[in-house]
Amino acid sequence: MGDEKRVDVAAHAAAFLAQDDVHEPMHDKNLWSARMKRDAAARAVPEWETLRQLASQIKEHTLTHLYNYLLEFESNATKRGAKIYWARDAAEHNQHVWDILREKNISSIIKSKSMLQEECGMTAFLENRGITVTESDLGERIQQLDDQPPSHIVMPAIHKTPEDVAQLFARTIGTDPRNTDPHYLTEAMRNDARRRFLEAGAGMTGANFAIAETGSFVVCTNEGNADIGASVPPVHIASIGIEKLLPKVKDLGIFIRLLSRSALGTLATQYTSHFSGPRKGGELHIILTDNGRSKRLGMPDFWTSLKCIRCGACMNTCPVYRRSGGLAYGATYSGPIGIILDPTFDESKYSELPYHSSLCGSCTEVCPVKINISDQIMQWRKVMAAKKHLPVSRRLAFGAAGKIFEHPQLFRSAETMASGAIRFTPDFLLYNRVLNPWGRHRELPHFAGQTFREWYLQYRAKNNEHGEQRP
Amino acid sequence: MRVGLFIPCYIDAIYPEAGIATLELLERFGVEVVYPLNQTCCGQPMANEGDQQHSAAAEQLFVDNFREFDYIVGPAGSCVKHVKLHLDAIPQSPDVLHVRERTYELVEFLHDILKAEAFPWAYFRYKVGLHNSCSSIRGLGIALPSETMGTPFNKTARLLQMVEGLELVPIDRPDECCGFGGTFCVTDEAVSASMGIDKVHDYMRHDAEFVVSPDMSCLMHQQGIARKAGIHLKFLHVAQVLNGGPF
Repeated sequence: MGDEKRVDVAAHAAAFLAQDDVHEPMHDKNLWSARMKRDAAARAVPEWETLRQLASQIKEHTLTHLYNYLLEFESNATKRGAKIYWARDAAEHNQHVWDILREKNISSIIKSKSMLQEECGMTAFLENRGITVTESDLGERIQQLDDQPPSHIVMPAIHKTPEDVAQLFARTIGTDPRNTDPHYLTEAMRNDARRRFLEAGAGMTGANFAIAETGSFVVCTNEGNADIGASVPPVHIASIGIEKLLPKVKDLGIFIRLLSRSALGTLATQYTSHFSGPRKGGELHIILTDNGRSKRLGMPDFWTSLKCIRCGACMNTCPVYRRSGGLAYGATYSGPIGIILDPTFDESKYSELPYHSSLCGSCTEVCPVKINISDQIMQWRKVMAAKKHLPVSRRLAFGAAGKIFEHPQLFRSAETMASGAIRFTPDFLLYNRVLNPWGRHRELPHFAGQTFREWYLQYRAKNNEHGEQRP
Repeated sequence: MRVGLFIPCYIDAIYPEAGIATLELLERFGVEVVYPLNQTCCGQPMANEGDQQHSAAAEQLFVDNFREFDYIVGPAGSCVKHVKLHLDAIPQSPDVLHVRERTYELVEFLHDILKAEAFPWAYFRYKVGLHNSCSSIRGLGIALPSETMGTPFNKTARLLQMVEGLELVPIDRPDECCGFGGTFCVTDEAVSASMGIDKVHDYMRHDAEFVVSPDMSCLMHQQGIARKAGIHLKFLHVAQVLNGGPF
């Protein structure tokens, strides 16, 4: 799906729905359940809405003073003994990683999940150069073994059933294909992965937050897998997007309280690990990566998308995402946040994504840092329309509608045609047969014998007390 | 008080009874109601596609039709949301700003401006599932969105509870989108239909006999889905219930 010139997200979503009666209902149910747990966790915090407001303000402040905070972070992290690298884009990021590994003759690494490393296509880059890369997060490892990208920011394999995982593990690590018990499967993976963890020459992590004041950074996981990556191999490499900065340690409390409650409805992740310089005898390399972020920061309508803390709450709540599966988006980021981030990487390829939304607005309301996601989806549609990224049929359809609505006389005759000659077609509403799949899933609406306007004229003629009006 | 009645195109052609109920209801409250005859559409279908160029003319016509009124009232949450929040394809003249500020969705207008406290003429002895559309909830704020923490309120439910005999039944996902979404329902037909049938099943699980909404466009989609699936559920605009018809 990622190889398409323009990702046909609606078609992929339709395929996800059509595959069977199991996957989509399970996906919807599990993610909705995460949303419900989030509601309960948020409800238990009386100052929830204040936390969201503060988090949003801190992020906006940091993003508008990013230059200073990045230099402060660099200086403080360096003082603690970390080595800082700057990467303008994915290529520079990957090159830094490769250079570090090559210099130390490292041929095998483990990594915890990092959306930034996904963005950079790092794993494929390293594998092409002979490095063995092992994901240490269970969901990410499942996806890696299945040669698929993560379908969700927080729950990478949430689109898979236990049966899917049993089949996959049977194929790849030799488990019993009929045994779908999660404990059995997890234990099998643990035994398979353990030796890779112990043999790795370097551990890679991302970061959830980086603190300018201290030069430290924080990684949140539920499996403790980032910690094994940072603790066992002698070399720790962290990829940090430049938008991850927070000014002070005291800011962190607000975000830690919001992150896991928003993501899964838990009070905090099982592990909230702070890394301040290399551990004794080890090395810490930090790659501060832009990869389109400063360009995004310069976009007046879209810069606040950089506030995102990657909790996935917008995905869990999105009724369209829940029924599509994350892979349908054919991009690093899926769901509502993906719709507004992906086009900043490739406008044409992801031009259909902003239309894969009913604009219900739930994402905006659930977002812990108050990104106006739904408005930005709408705003991206304007960009796509203005830059003519839309399929021609779509442009012509709405151009014609615009003409009809511009002229009351044309509108009346279109209305009459629809309600008369082609009485039961919805073309009146759609103006184009290309866009006419209404009837495949729905009975067509019946046009009334008399329009409201016709009724009104009769009604006013009968009771004349409000004066005359001529059309 | 002179109110310009905004009847969206699909209500005009497909659900005139929702428009009639709106007009009659407003007149019961002593409001002077005028329906400007040259109205067509507020521009939302084009604007939702991102097509500012083609929505501009419809938006200008809308403003020309309605600028003279104290209030503009429309029985359609999503259209009113477009006018209030997104009517920006044309320069923001004082007329445009007046129209945007003074346009109300019917429930809001009854609740906040007319401060309706009773509908003694209405009687509705059925179990009702309420569909407050996404535009009405998250766009116009006629109910506290389920995502937002705070004291719950629901203006539509409050009005409906004043109707004798009417029983509101709770549903599992009260403000989950039904999948209409304007053009979304045809451009993303599979997902839209899946959302629609899930919504319809939610009402059925709770024994609703009628689905009532301030947004007939969502109901047009839900009704089409239900009929196709052979599900006997009835759909009404909130104005028809509050006005006691026409049904």
